[in-house]
Amino acid sequence: MTDPSPQAAPAPARATAPIITADGVAQRFGSRTIFRDVTFAVAPGEVFVILGGSGCGKSTLMKQLIGLRPPTAGHIVVAGRDITGPGADAARAAMRRSIGVMFQSGALFGSMTLLENVMLPLEVFTDLPPHAREEVARVKLGLVGLADAAGLMPAEISGGMAKRAGIARAMALDPPILFLDEPSAGLDPITSAGLDRLILDLRTDLGATFVVVTHELQSILAIADRCIMLDRGAFGDAGGMIAEGDPRRLRAESTHPIVHAFFHREMVAAA
Amino acid sequence: MVLTFAGRLDAAGAGDVWDAAHEAARQGAGTGLAIDLAGVSFIDLAGATLLASVQAAHVAAGGGAAGDGSGPDLRGADSRARALFARACQAGGYARPPKRPPPPDATMRVVCGAALTALTGGIAFLGEVAVASVRLPARRRMLRMQDLLRYADQAGVRSLPLVALLGYLMGLILAFQSAIPLRRFGADLFVANLVAISLIRELGPLLAAVILAGRTGSAFAAEIGTMKVNEEVDAMTTMGLDPMTMLVLPRLVAAMLVMPVMTLALELAGLAGMATVMSAFNFPLVAILRQVQGAVTAVDLFGGLFKAVCFGSAVAAIGCRAGLATGVGPRAVGLSATAAVVGGIVSTILLDGVFALLFYRLGL
Repeated sequence: MTDPSPQAAPAPARATAPIITADGVAQRFGSRTIFRDVTFAVAPGEVFVILGGSGCGKSTLMKQLIGLRPPTAGHIVVAGRDITGPGADAARAAMRRSIGVMFQSGALFGSMTLLENVMLPLEVFTDLPPHAREEVARVKLGLVGLADAAGLMPAEISGGMAKRAGIARAMALDPPILFLDEPSAGLDPITSAGLDRLILDLRTDLGATFVVVTHELQSILAIADRCIMLDRGAFGDAGGMIAEGDPRRLRAESTHPIVHAFFHREMVAAA
Repeated sequence: MVLTFAGRLDAAGAGDVWDAAHEAARQGAGTGLAIDLAGVSFIDLAGATLLASVQAAHVAAGGGAAGDGSGPDLRGADSRARALFARACQAGGYARPPKRPPPPDATMRVVCGAALTALTGGIAFLGEVAVASVRLPARRRMLRMQDLLRYADQAGVRSLPLVALLGYLMGLILAFQSAIPLRRFGADLFVANLVAISLIRELGPLLAAVILAGRTGSAFAAEIGTMKVNEEVDAMTTMGLDPMTMLVLPRLVAAMLVMPVMTLALELAGLAGMATVMSAFNFPLVAILRQVQGAVTAVDLFGGLFKAVCFGSAVAAIGCRAGLATGVGPRAVGLSATAAVVGGIVSTILLDGVFALLFYRLGL
């Protein structure tokens, strides 16, 4: 059940049509339903966070949103394209020009330098001459603070640098929507805070919409305009969305036991 | 019945009595079970697991608890032992009914289903390769020439020393082995014919394909499998890049290009090995060359090279398919590499059988 009590104050951007909508989305693996009835809308320019505990289906939901996994039920519209309806393959292919994705590990191509990683989408999808591609890619790397690391291979950089390089590559074609999967996972608090600052700066500078999957409480409170919370449900029951709204208000006002426990780092009695 | 335990009921102690305690519990299924722990000096979670398991075995055999039957009858147990027993029962899921093994027909269905899935997956993969090839002109920017050259270098140039060594040894061995029976008929000189025909028609392409499967097919599977595990393939897809065009086609083309070269190198090295043996038998080099020229035709040579190209494409396709089918977890990449080698060698030999039949029917 979605927690009805805390509602986020409508952001100015909410007046415009949503750039992402999910309507009654579900995911089932065999006989096990991971989540169902997930419904939300993301406004342009928002930092929207999908949060929840381990195993609740956050990353699966993100894979559905970026068109890597079709949902077993429901509809998803990204950048005006229904990627779950008839003609979904073509819609997904077209939608991919509107999104950039940073995967949890950065997922940089190991045989290329950071610069080549960022240049690859420019090489394939634009007519920029090689020297222009390189300049654009260097600017992207500079935006994430990796101007001096352009010539390094992915194996030569730290986890935090890999995530920042992943963001630079996701921004290569200046997509209006950026998906980030666990940007703070496994990072020390200082690096994690730096990434949060980077996300907010990029949102301000580029006006991009961010959809971030995380369970890092500090990050959620630092970056999220709005969030939804997933829960994996009790044993044998399907999980789903249990809260939606401004995370700061959820922390202060939610009476849902799992939401309250998540934001206040409390133990929850096993179902 | 009362099962009485004594001494230390830890991992070592529980192991000593595990089977005997279960057997006793099952035999006493007609009566209620009580467990006497008065003589136990120490119990840990391993010991508690033994008690929970014994209790479950007793219940599964049709027995119940002694006393009122509402719970296990632990006699002489302190609060710690009772707490450990409760924790073991809960964590081990002994309260739930045990999972039954699937009936044999269900297992058969699973095996057949997996085989069917693998077959349809393979056909779908070939279809995707064909579609990617047709769409290549529109996606030519995704086929990176530097990648293709790197794979050709990795698969071909770097394997030449190994190919030459194995070819030379193979020629040497074949010459020695065939020299013995042929000498009985005074036909030592025809060793050159036999080795040349064997190598050029059959063994050259076959051995080169086996080397390609073991050395390069597994590397293709491991590389792509690692990319899959590291989400690099997903990243490619979300960037609108086609993994078939970027990962599979260059490897496929590289393998098809290098296989004839590898085969020729292996055949030349094999002939050199054979010539070494023949020279040791005091046959002049000119005579050996003349025998080889007389025995081998252009059809033999180009038929062998055509087979090599087909073997190369099969090995590369199976390696790439194994890589893209990599699952999750630390063992997945290793399993993919193994599947690539086994699949590559098996498919090579199957294809060779098909070619043998075809060439026989065509009179080649």
